[in-house]
Amino acid sequence: MIVESRASRTMWSTVKYVFALIVVFCTAAPFLWLIISSLEPTQDLYSVPVVIRLRDFSFSRYAQIFQSSDPNSPAYVFRHAMGNSIEIAIVVTVVCLIVGFFAAYAFARLNFRFKRSLLFSFLFTYMVPSISLVMPLYIIFSRAGMLDSKFTLMLVYSSFVLPYTVWVLQGYLVSVPGELEEAARVDGCTYFGAIIRVIVPVVIPAIIATAVFALLLAWDEFLYALILTSTIHAQTISVTIASFVGKNVADFGMIATGGVLAALPPTIFALLFQRFIVGGMTAGSVKG
Amino acid sequence: MLLFPAFLIVVVVVLIPLIMTFADSLKHYNLLDMSGGTPFVGLQNYAKLLSDPGFWGSLGRTLHFTILSLVIEFILGVAIAMLLHAKFHGQWLLRGLIVIPWAIPTIVNGAMWRWIYNPSYGALNNFLVWLHLTKTYHQWLGSPATAMNMVVIADAWKMIPLVAMLVLAALQLIPEDVYEAVAVDGAGRIRSFFSITLPYLKNVILVVLVIRTIDAIKVFDIIYAMTGGGPANSTMPVAYYAYDATFNQLFISRGAAAAYLIAMLTLIFTIVYSRLLKTEEESK
Repeated sequence: MIVESRASRTMWSTVKYVFALIVVFCTAAPFLWLIISSLEPTQDLYSVPVVIRLRDFSFSRYAQIFQSSDPNSPAYVFRHAMGNSIEIAIVVTVVCLIVGFFAAYAFARLNFRFKRSLLFSFLFTYMVPSISLVMPLYIIFSRAGMLDSKFTLMLVYSSFVLPYTVWVLQGYLVSVPGELEEAARVDGCTYFGAIIRVIVPVVIPAIIATAVFALLLAWDEFLYALILTSTIHAQTISVTIASFVGKNVADFGMIATGGVLAALPPTIFALLFQRFIVGGMTAGSVKG
Repeated sequence: MLLFPAFLIVVVVVLIPLIMTFADSLKHYNLLDMSGGTPFVGLQNYAKLLSDPGFWGSLGRTLHFTILSLVIEFILGVAIAMLLHAKFHGQWLLRGLIVIPWAIPTIVNGAMWRWIYNPSYGALNNFLVWLHLTKTYHQWLGSPATAMNMVVIADAWKMIPLVAMLVLAALQLIPEDVYEAVAVDGAGRIRSFFSITLPYLKNVILVVLVIRTIDAIKVFDIIYAMTGGGPANSTMPVAYYAYDATFNQLFISRGAAAAYLIAMLTLIFTIVYSRLLKTEEESK
């Protein structure tokens, strides 16, 4: 341990706690403000200077989102968009984890020509900006009559979520010794049986971390959804929130409510699986 | 066979559109003026782009965004990682709290900060006046001088946790006895930070640097939610320039040329990134 005088130790300890307090405040205040805005009545929200009266708080906007049956109201639009986002994110995550796992297994275990360049092309696919692809995709899907469809978004989202899962999972699988499967095969497991029963349990923390990231990637996507959808049939929550922010039709309270609800699923996932995330990050981006 | 489905999706959804974007960028293709059709013009769009001050301005703003956000994210990311690595009361609270900004969707984050920066009803002006730090309400996003920096703060708020978590993971791998060795030499905290901690973090810092640079080159969503590129184009980075050319001005070929240049820029950084990982692997 570092030897230092008592005065110096007290100083560092003070610095630590002051810094911790500032970090807690700066982290929590912005989204607490969002939550407060979703609970405040409109007239308090639009008063100068700002007032916060706890006794006026109500969950009425949340109730509206769950109940509204007027297709033109933001509440109704938000509910449907939430449904679309949930459906798309779950399908994309599950499909990309399964397909990505086997592709990653191939990269980690088998040797074939152009392996390195193929792996690199997957990495680039994940990195390539959507603005460079979105216009041709719009043209392709409009010719195929596939605009404004959840299936189309799932397909497009897979194009960046899948390379991500392949990239991260192969990084993990390389570090798992191949003798594990061989032993299982000697014991009578089939090729796939050995993968499922022996490898999957070993890399389950990596799979969970990858799932959280994949889910966040799909949930967070914006530009493709903006260009490729036009109605609440397929619009995602990000697109509807952005459209209400731009138009200023709804009071901010309603946008804040939609925002809190949109932030809830990824936040819950991130908090639940936090201890896997840090490990997943190191494997995904540092080990490679 | 294991690779085929993944390979198919990459070819159909990424490779073909990328080639189409390149093909569009070689034509004169303006939806508002289709009288001459869409003739092939070679590299003319690129030449025009490179002589357009608007394009250079947007590149400069991308650079502004990238450098400022990297500096903020690194200083605060490393500082917060050090804090989370040290022991203090209530640490569990901060460890949980810190994930939340990262999990909030970008558009929600943009909308949230836009509301915080609101000149009259926003929390920031009210808070600063309440603290007597300022007497008047500021137009944070309404003035070209401050708008970009305010967008960077909003983006950094979401991304600092990621940097902090990555650096924390690397910090936990530093063996304790290295610190004891320099302590014997009488090194203080500040010296041991520069002589041990930073060198150990070199790899993770380089990797995060490249990833965040690629993210910054692509920055679009938060701009869309907060400013739409305004006021007076002061927050229009190069990805937004490409979007604006394509979808607002309907000048498809110009947007395609800009979009293709951005793709090539990310390709260069992706190569840097994969080289970095390779040398790191070999050094192990």
